Amino acid sequence: MKKPAVLDIDAILDDRGTRIIVCCGAGGVGKTTTAAALGLRAAERGRCVVVLTVDPARRLAQSMGLTELDNTPRLISESDGGGQLFAMMLDMKRTFDEIIEAHADPERARQILSNPFYQSLSSSFSGTQEYMAMEKLGQLRRSNEWDLIIVDTPPSRSALDFLDAPERLGRFLDGRFIRLLTAPAKAGGRSAFRLLNAGFGIVAGAMTKLLGAQVLTDLQTFVSALDAVFGGFRQRAELTYKLLQAPGTAFVVVAAPERDAMREASYFVERLAEERMPLAGLVVNRVHESPAATLSGVRSAAAAEDLAAKGEHELTAAVLRLHTGRMQLAAREHREQEHFVSAHPTVPVAQVAAMAEDVHDLEGLRRIGELLANAPG
Amino acid sequence: MDSADTDWDGVRLHVVTGKGGTGKTTVAAALALALASGGHKVLLVEVEGRQGIAQIFDLPPLPYEERRIAVAPSGGDVYALAIDPEEAMLEYMEMFYGMRRAGRALTKMGVVDFATTVAPGFRDVLVTGKTTEAVRRRGKDGKRVYDAVVLDAPPTGRITRFLNVTQEVAGLAKVGPIKNHSDLVHGVVKSPETAVHFVTLLEEMPVQETLDGIAEVRTAGLATGGIFINMVRESLLPQATLDAAAQGRFDIGDLALGLKSAGLADGADATSLAEGLAEEIVEHARRTELEQQERESLGEAALPRYELPLLTDGVDLAGLYELAESIRTQGAA
Repeated sequence: MKKPAVLDIDAILDDRGTRIIVCCGAGGVGKTTTAAALGLRAAERGRCVVVLTVDPARRLAQSMGLTELDNTPRLISESDGGGQLFAMMLDMKRTFDEIIEAHADPERARQILSNPFYQSLSSSFSGTQEYMAMEKLGQLRRSNEWDLIIVDTPPSRSALDFLDAPERLGRFLDGRFIRLLTAPAKAGGRSAFRLLNAGFGIVAGAMTKLLGAQVLTDLQTFVSALDAVFGGFRQRAELTYKLLQAPGTAFVVVAAPERDAMREASYFVERLAEERMPLAGLVVNRVHESPAATLSGVRSAAAAEDLAAKGEHELTAAVLRLHTGRMQLAAREHREQEHFVSAHPTVPVAQVAAMAEDVHDLEGLRRIGELLANAPG
Repeated sequence: MDSADTDWDGVRLHVVTGKGGTGKTTVAAALALALASGGHKVLLVEVEGRQGIAQIFDLPPLPYEERRIAVAPSGGDVYALAIDPEEAMLEYMEMFYGMRRAGRALTKMGVVDFATTVAPGFRDVLVTGKTTEAVRRRGKDGKRVYDAVVLDAPPTGRITRFLNVTQEVAGLAKVGPIKNHSDLVHGVVKSPETAVHFVTLLEEMPVQETLDGIAEVRTAGLATGGIFINMVRESLLPQATLDAAAQGRFDIGDLALGLKSAGLADGADATSLAEGLAEEIVEHARRTELEQQERESLGEAALPRYELPLLTDGVDLAGLYELAESIRTQGAA
């Protein structure tokens, strides 16, 4: 495999110009742990860091000495060099509610917050979490209280949802359907459908038939009430999007050396390039290497056979078989990464060796940070 | 093996969930193959728009229609369906209301997009609706068209909400056809014909998530199925050796002699190779020990457990059949 450039984590963390690091990648590859480990390392190198996670894993909170994380940044540790580590977990409903409360008058806010469609949108719309993560990121950045913000992206159906969320919400708000629903309210008409054309008549009829009249009324109330605050939404979403494109941002794509995860990583790298988002590199977690790599899997297997045939050194034969399995695994992982490297030869890579145990404490996070910083490419 | 001998006799809808990265789709596919073997007809359903089934069976992307994708060992067919919520909604409207024209108008206006993305409760109803329809469907002879349906479901974190459609939709649609439809879906999902299986690895996070998921599914009054422990590595070493190695004790001298006898290395080379291998063994022993702890944690759930071997060469079609065979010999299908 052509050697990719090595991702220099410390150079990124030490660069005071780096203000935002976004960890993205498929689900289950250790994104959140990577984000936390980067945060701790940066703090111990003197940065004032906040890690924004969307992962509700209690274990991560516990590893940072908290029973649980919430929507407010909590101080995790302070280092001698003046660095500080804060962590928080995104509460998307809370964040959404706060935006509504901040941008609508109390009566309108009350209407929105109690509307069933708002409750559905704010707690389970597949793009809401992504959107609110962006919103929170923007808020943290504007507060200027931290000189480095590290965020991990939601475990979405597709890793790309993170980038698409603002656009999708925008599309929803700009949709003809929404405009039709809001139009009568703006015109001050009492009957929602009186002014509408025949085409919409069919639609409204179908909607009523499908969902029942109450749904349509709720929906309309919701849309017209929310309409008032929408302008601000999109504007801020665009600002955050631009912030992500700015030079102070570094995207770190996280993967595991498995087919799906590497494929998703490829996808993401291409997508970031399309969106002109600054990519720092790829972190490959849980890589299996062998401390006895000089002995190939094939030779090891043959030797095990040989010993078995001779009927001696049973334990050595078992050890050799295990070694063969390990070398096969390493070879497969290597192949999966090769696809990525040949498709994206300029992307710096850092490999992190698989650890026997999950991270339980700051010491564990620190070790991951060390592995990241001293990783082979 | 006769179907009457399996652990999930009478279950027609097998919902397969698991944390991301545990191989949920692979297990769902292998389970479908296992259930089909012996001349049965099984539908494998995908709902997240990933085209994971197509990738595993090495096929071009699946359209929104049921098509045969594999033949099971000793006869039997696996059909696959990748559900597209938008298509499902249009089909649904046409089927129940004959509203083809309105359906097109709705699509044009973005209503379908709206209903299927903004109100996920609706999307889930459509997806589970389509799935349960396949479960209930009967042929001209009055028999069920599919002997079983396997659903490659959303991850553990979302599974209860996904299946608990009535509750999700109740807040939005209090009356009307969607409500009636969701009640119908709920009838199937809550019946003894449905079981929710969990896929996990022997690692802390997936195990914890599995236990949380099982508790959630139980609280929601849904039937739990089995736990499929995926990617299990067999341990070739005697327990005593593993126990000692987990404490960091492993006899390098003896290993070096063995290496010499096998003609792999001599003298100092043999010792340094033995040291490298010993390091591997210690690591392996520690992991095996942790895996055993995770196994014990999973035992708390008191559900049938099935262990599926790690396929060192990755999952290909042959590997899938191997997993299906393993599922059958363990009695899960």
